[in-house]
Amino acid sequence: MKLNIALILVLFGVLTLLMEIGILNNFHRGLLVLVCINVILAVSLNLSAGFLGQLVLGHAAFMAVGAYTSAILSSRLGISGLGGFVFVLLAGGFAAALAGIVIGVPALRLRGDYVAIVTLGFGLIVQSILLNLGITGGADGLLGIPRLANFNVAFFTMVIVVGMLVALVRSRHGRAMIAIREDEIAAEASGVPTTWYKILGFTIAAFFAGIAGGLFAHRMSVLVPETFSFVYSIELLVIVVLGGMGSFTGAVVAAVVLTLLPELLREFGDFRMLTYSVLLVAMMIFRPKGLMGSYEFSIMQIVSKIKKKG
Amino acid sequence: MPLLEVTGMGVDFGGLRALSDFEITIEEGELVGLIGPNGAGKTTAFNLLTGVYEPTEGEIKLQGISIGGKKPYYINNLGIARTFQNIRLFKGLSVIENVKTAFHASMSYGLISGIFRLPKFWREEKAIHDEALELLDVFGMADMADANAGNLPYGKQRQLEIARALATHPKLLLLDEPAAGMNPSETQLLMDTIQLIRERFKIAILLIEHDMKLVMGICQRMVVLDYGMVIATGRPEEIKNNPRVIEAYLGE
Repeated sequence: MKLNIALILVLFGVLTLLMEIGILNNFHRGLLVLVCINVILAVSLNLSAGFLGQLVLGHAAFMAVGAYTSAILSSRLGISGLGGFVFVLLAGGFAAALAGIVIGVPALRLRGDYVAIVTLGFGLIVQSILLNLGITGGADGLLGIPRLANFNVAFFTMVIVVGMLVALVRSRHGRAMIAIREDEIAAEASGVPTTWYKILGFTIAAFFAGIAGGLFAHRMSVLVPETFSFVYSIELLVIVVLGGMGSFTGAVVAAVVLTLLPELLREFGDFRMLTYSVLLVAMMIFRPKGLMGSYEFSIMQIVSKIKKKG
Repeated sequence: MPLLEVTGMGVDFGGLRALSDFEITIEEGELVGLIGPNGAGKTTAFNLLTGVYEPTEGEIKLQGISIGGKKPYYINNLGIARTFQNIRLFKGLSVIENVKTAFHASMSYGLISGIFRLPKFWREEKAIHDEALELLDVFGMADMADANAGNLPYGKQRQLEIARALATHPKLLLLDEPAAGMNPSETQLLMDTIQLIRERFKIAILLIEHDMKLVMGICQRMVVLDYGMVIATGRPEEIKNNPRVIEAYLGE
């Protein structure tokens, strides 16, 4: 635990140092914030898709609910400090969680692929509501959101979210959720209230997607409904599948790589999207279980291995 | 008061009458066998008792509490655990995680304790880790605790499923064809295991089984089903000589 915290602080220190001495410029800084946001989205989607085993096709819609809620609140309330920002982020998270409950309760009582259809529909509904509502600015978008999400806030929000989700999965509640993925009938027969846990996991995932949305809104300072399209939801699912369903390490690594990859491939020009797609296909052929499978990186394990050898 | 009292239980699937007027009474600590030809409705009876299906009619009482049509997890929490005809383990998880999952209802720490690792979390997790190892030890599986459940040999998978069912602290254990697909030495081991469970955990067992040697050898009482109806009940030697039972199995 102490070692993990130390490692995270070192990573943060190195990145900050690189920014201070100018190796990472403003563009890179913006990219890193986006990486943090995508990591939050990927690990939260991994809870519902990877650990709970539900095919969720509308994760970007939960992000949208959080983004618009927090953005509208902070513009209306004139939020500028960190305390206020945390408040609107949480408000966005709770709004997204509420949306999660509203569609999760009917959808998750059923088994199988209904969840995919319902969440797909939910994504489309959210987008058209955002387009047609006055308060969201419609197709013109929501403008003038205060730029409160700097790298520091995004980084530590990401660390907290990943930490909380890892802890959740390794508790009796997480065990119940994994059991549902493994065999729902056996889980129920072993005394696990499966419907309750499906709704719980789904709602928690929506909550963190809402937080990520809040960060996104206060980074971009402009929100348009098209951002939260079906394509974005699919991209997030690709990250989770590629990283390995049920591995947070995989989700984090895949989120970092797939956010940076399109930028790194920029010099390929027109071949950029092609290269990206080929990489995805190759990945699925050679590592169908994803980058990490269900393996989790643990610094403690590595340390104890080295100690044994030495 | 009997542990389990079922009266007039029946179920229709659409127009198909799968089970009608099913009756059974099980006393505490009793070992009862449920037999019958294929398709007689044995597993259907199990599914009704454990809440997988809702009975169309009839009454199921566990220690006087009516449980007909309740949710499976709720019935499990009240004290009925089961295994499945085609083994249903959490195959991707380790042996000990399979057992720990079944301790879910005996733990009480909340979401906040779990996420923020409060003292209650550590206390309860430590306690169930020890209890899970102890339970595995009863089955001689403590040394396999970290093995992947899906990689166990067949006989061990059956045993793990029973261990997982016992982890829910049942008063009544339903075993659905535990000896299916086992060789004679594995079946012998299973019979020993069942005896061990009865002595150690003092629980009642209802057993579906095709292996007549096994059922006749260990059951105190038997219920015979054919075409969704109870055709005989009684001690093994009475069943053996019952003309209706012989007819059901061998034809006229």
